[in-house]
Amino acid sequence: MTTPLVELDGVSKYYGNIRALEGVSLTVGAGEITCVLGDNGAGKSTLIKIIAGLHRHDAGSLRIEGEETVLGNPREALDRGIATVYQDLAVVPLMPVWRNFFLGSEPVRGKGPFRRLDVGLMRATTRSELLRMGIDLRDVDQPIGTLSGGERQCVAIARAVYFGARVLVLDEPTAALGVKQSGVVLKYVAAARDAGLGVVLITHNPHHASLVGDRFVLLKRGAMAAAHTRGAVTLDELTRQMAGGSELEDLAHELERPPAPPPAGPDRAEGA
Amino acid sequence: MSTTAPPASPGTAPGPPADERLLRTSLARRLMGRPELGSVVGAVAVFVFFSFAADSFLRPSSLDTVLYAASTLGVMAVPVALLMIGGEFDLSAGVLVTTSALVSSMFSYQMTANVWVGVGVSLLVTLAVGCFNGFLLTRTGLPSFIITLGTFLMLTGLNLGLTKLVSGTVSTKSIADMEGFASARAVFAETPVLGTTVKSTVLWWLLLVALATWILLRTRFGNWVFAVGGGAGAARAVGVPVRRTKTLLYTGVAFAAWVSGQHLLFSFEVVQSGEGVGNELTYIIAAVIGGCLITGGYGSAIGSAVGALIFGMTSKGIVFAEWNPDWFTFFLGAMLLLATLLNTWVRRRAEATR
Repeated sequence: MTTPLVELDGVSKYYGNIRALEGVSLTVGAGEITCVLGDNGAGKSTLIKIIAGLHRHDAGSLRIEGEETVLGNPREALDRGIATVYQDLAVVPLMPVWRNFFLGSEPVRGKGPFRRLDVGLMRATTRSELLRMGIDLRDVDQPIGTLSGGERQCVAIARAVYFGARVLVLDEPTAALGVKQSGVVLKYVAAARDAGLGVVLITHNPHHASLVGDRFVLLKRGAMAAAHTRGAVTLDELTRQMAGGSELEDLAHELERPPAPPPAGPDRAEGA
Repeated sequence: MSTTAPPASPGTAPGPPADERLLRTSLARRLMGRPELGSVVGAVAVFVFFSFAADSFLRPSSLDTVLYAASTLGVMAVPVALLMIGGEFDLSAGVLVTTSALVSSMFSYQMTANVWVGVGVSLLVTLAVGCFNGFLLTRTGLPSFIITLGTFLMLTGLNLGLTKLVSGTVSTKSIADMEGFASARAVFAETPVLGTTVKSTVLWWLLLVALATWILLRTRFGNWVFAVGGGAGAARAVGVPVRRTKTLLYTGVAFAAWVSGQHLLFSFEVVQSGEGVGNELTYIIAAVIGGCLITGGYGSAIGSAVGALIFGMTSKGIVFAEWNPDWFTFFLGAMLLLATLLNTWVRRRAEATR
């Protein structure tokens, strides 16, 4: 294949004396979906914050289209074609859909003091772009907070695609959604892939990952636990590794039916 | 959400959306979505009430007085509303007005310069204080309540201390006989219009409301103001310069404080250095009555103007009705509670279909 759009090689990140991420490598090519799997505290958020430009990495290298880079802020990442859709930070709930759609990249017309938002274009584009993604909006003037969680994710994805993103980073897009809504969101993820975008999909749901993923990276406690490509791994295997393999078996023992007086479970501090 | 899009006209979007799920977009329902609605209803009620309660209320001279009272507050309520939409407070706004007037007056007097020099210096100093507020807020991440409470107390002390140090008393010397006073008075105190004079604050007020409304609704900066107040994290993630936006909002408050300060100076010729304490809350009250959410992300400049108008009508209406003015704060408090309840209710409705 050609040069990957984004390539991480042995990337590490420390917060003071806390090791949030250590030696993580992954690749995303055009028209591919790379899934990053991990439990809470595995370092998934840290990883996307590095790709999105919110944090600088402390070690290892980040290459964008083959060129080694350190991203200083989200704007820089956007300019390099990397758009990130956050689970909870995707939109501003009280603002109308069309204002959200263009937030940060508003089109203007007119000159000098008469430079103003091109409201007509913004409304029309929002409506047609969402329709193109299959979202038939009731009213682009409604506050985006009135949309369902799945719809909000889809608006955010449609926005990224419209603004020419080449890499889409999705932070747990299906985490808070029901089965049907999750399916809808995954459909748009696949649509973005088919449009030639590279997608980094962060999730803790191996079922969703195995449905669309081309590559799988498993994180555990800040380090890489495994890396697979599609076809080389089964859903069961992925689920088992994801759930912690032997840890899950231990848990099964602990939860067995006639319980002895419950032993004090090891409280595991969450990293990062 | 419909998962399969009807193949209907993707290109002709701005036309009337004939969507069966949109039951009615009647005018009434659209008005419900406006932040000013509650305040306009309140303003009409207050107007009707005092028209009956005070015989002299409807006289032109009385309305003049009301308008003037509203405008002096309104000039400050506009940028304070913008700042509140941007999710922050400025408790130093009230005394900053006095600071601005003091700097202007004392600089001109001590340097025996043209008053316009003092006016210019005052603008720089006032804007610097605004920048300082914004800079501290965005760099430290502390709540604006604390930061501006700090600058409020510092400015209060500076106003009194420096004035005593320079003039020996708590008020400044009159600058009425100084060069440039007449022209500055025309700009900041009494503006000649068509053979008569109008209180300048009324004109400044109208100008600022129009400008702020334009900025809020039709510029990129306005979009960013709503965004940094409604979701700073989301705004930053899509590339909105959150820090710059907030700092500029504080500078806006400082600019209005400069206008108000110069108005004080050129109306009364002397400045009392202890003035302004408590006014910062009045500005916030006007903005909240006008529909600004105290948590940010929602509100309007026109609303703040209506809030200021309610304030003016109530404060002067009580005098015209020949009641004891002690009742004024009671009315103001009741108005604030009613407005906030109404706003909360409207917002819940706006988010109800979630």
